[in-house]
Amino acid sequence: MIDVDNLSLTRDGTRILHNVTLHIPTGRLAAIIGPNGAGKSTLLHCMAGLLAPDCGKVQINGQNIHTLREDRRALVLSLLTQSQAATPRLSVADLVAFGRWPHHRGRPRAQDHQITRDALRRFDLDVLAQRNVETLSGGQRQRAFVAMAYAQSTPWMLLDEPLAALDPKYVRDIMDRLHGMIGSASAQRSIALVLHDLSVAARYADYCIAMKNGYVIAAGPWQNTVTSELLSDLYETPLKLAQVDGVAIVVGL
Amino acid sequence: MARRRLAVLAAALLALCAVFLLWNLRTPMGFILQLRAEKLAALVLVGAATGAATVVFQTIATNRLLTPGIVGFDALFIFTQTLLVLTLGGAGYVALDSMAKFLVETALLAGAAMALFGVLFRKGAEDIIRMILTGVILGVLLRGLAGFTQRLLDPSEFAVVQQASIASFNTVDPGLLGIAALALGAGLAGALALAPRLDVAALGRVQARVLGLDHDRLVLLSLGVVALLVAVSTALVGPITFLGLLAASFAHALLRNHRHIVLILGGAMMGAAILVAGQTVFERLMGLQSALAIIVEFAGGVLFLALVLKGRKS
Repeated sequence: MIDVDNLSLTRDGTRILHNVTLHIPTGRLAAIIGPNGAGKSTLLHCMAGLLAPDCGKVQINGQNIHTLREDRRALVLSLLTQSQAATPRLSVADLVAFGRWPHHRGRPRAQDHQITRDALRRFDLDVLAQRNVETLSGGQRQRAFVAMAYAQSTPWMLLDEPLAALDPKYVRDIMDRLHGMIGSASAQRSIALVLHDLSVAARYADYCIAMKNGYVIAAGPWQNTVTSELLSDLYETPLKLAQVDGVAIVVGL
Repeated sequence: MARRRLAVLAAALLALCAVFLLWNLRTPMGFILQLRAEKLAALVLVGAATGAATVVFQTIATNRLLTPGIVGFDALFIFTQTLLVLTLGGAGYVALDSMAKFLVETALLAGAAMALFGVLFRKGAEDIIRMILTGVILGVLLRGLAGFTQRLLDPSEFAVVQQASIASFNTVDPGLLGIAALALGAGLAGALALAPRLDVAALGRVQARVLGLDHDRLVLLSLGVVALLVAVSTALVGPITFLGLLAASFAHALLRNHRHIVLILGGAMMGAAILVAGQTVFERLMGLQSALAIIVEFAGGVLFLALVLKGRKS
């Protein structure tokens, strides 16, 4: 479980997060939603221990993430950031293998190679394994970085806008794979991700954190928490939760 | 693939060394061989140190256009030489004990570099661009001070400073080679020990931290290694600003690999090969009509401009 307790953060004199308190249960796919500037990415980076808060704390499975050493923290959670820089001439296989670095610290063992191969297979990257990351399309590249986060084999995966700039085919592809991990007995992960596509969130997320202006407006299981009114208030525009062929979507009115 | 290319590079370096030692060898062979071997040792040490240091520095700075010299090493070296000549006079400067001068200059250059890095890294490694800009400005300031001080010298003393300001392998004191080899060997071993962590750092600071790397500590360790390598080689022969850029760029282009164990070894061998090949051409074909450092600076400057223009195009 991730416990965020009374977290506040100021950057360059501006308060970004205001007394954020929330709990994300394990084994969930939690969507962090909210308008631009709500503080979603900042919260995710704070939860990942990359930003130090002014006050409050983040605990993952009872461990304070900000007092954990970086090498220990990398065994607890992985983070996919918005800007993914790849070293020139880095192959997809080598990129995904970097996910194992927290476990072997530069001396990979047979198990690390096996898990890397498994990650490549799980994200259908086998055929691209020797391709240079710089030559991949946006969707393939995103898949490669998600595979690296997966190979890190942490109980928690935090993903900051993993669907940015992807077409609907790749959106569905990545979300199906992520969703598959939640229910998987062999590779179960808990996932918290920032999403802008509310229909995708409505379809796949089973937990929701709604943010606005640095405050958490609502948090809880998606079914019990998210309503058309909440979404309309959150984004200050009329929105409606609906069903098409049994699939939840969000439409603008 | 990378191993094969490294082996080819090593073979080419060995062949160049053999050519440098044996080409046009006349009697007394023992004496000439000893002279050439001492010069060859200086060329290989300085080339290897500068090439390896630049590969590490470029990864930490996440910029393939930079060399450690850009943070003002050459300017500090020239300013130091000018001050020494001003205070001791031309004759006093020439009479200085070379070992003491080498050790003091190495300590001064390494200390200045670490002070600069230390002050600027208090806020973490995100300040790397500020560090580089400050280094460039400090370089301009030191060059200005050196230029001003040189106006106070008489013409013969000015000539001594000029001589000392251009890197030269013809005037290296053989007595310094042992201690320089030890220091540079330690620096090179340090760089190779950091190689696996540099592979992760090349992914960027945030991603490296996500993967559990103490990035700020790695940056300080790396800059310590760079400071040692560059300070020792500058104190040994003088400043060659663009040698590192040539060595690192050619190593990246030839080896086409992201692993720093390969790149550092490749950069080191490439740096040594450039200097040995350059000195061979300069001595045996051009009849010492120029200085090797000037040729290297010219070629490096052209490469620097080409890389900048290529970057602008893309």
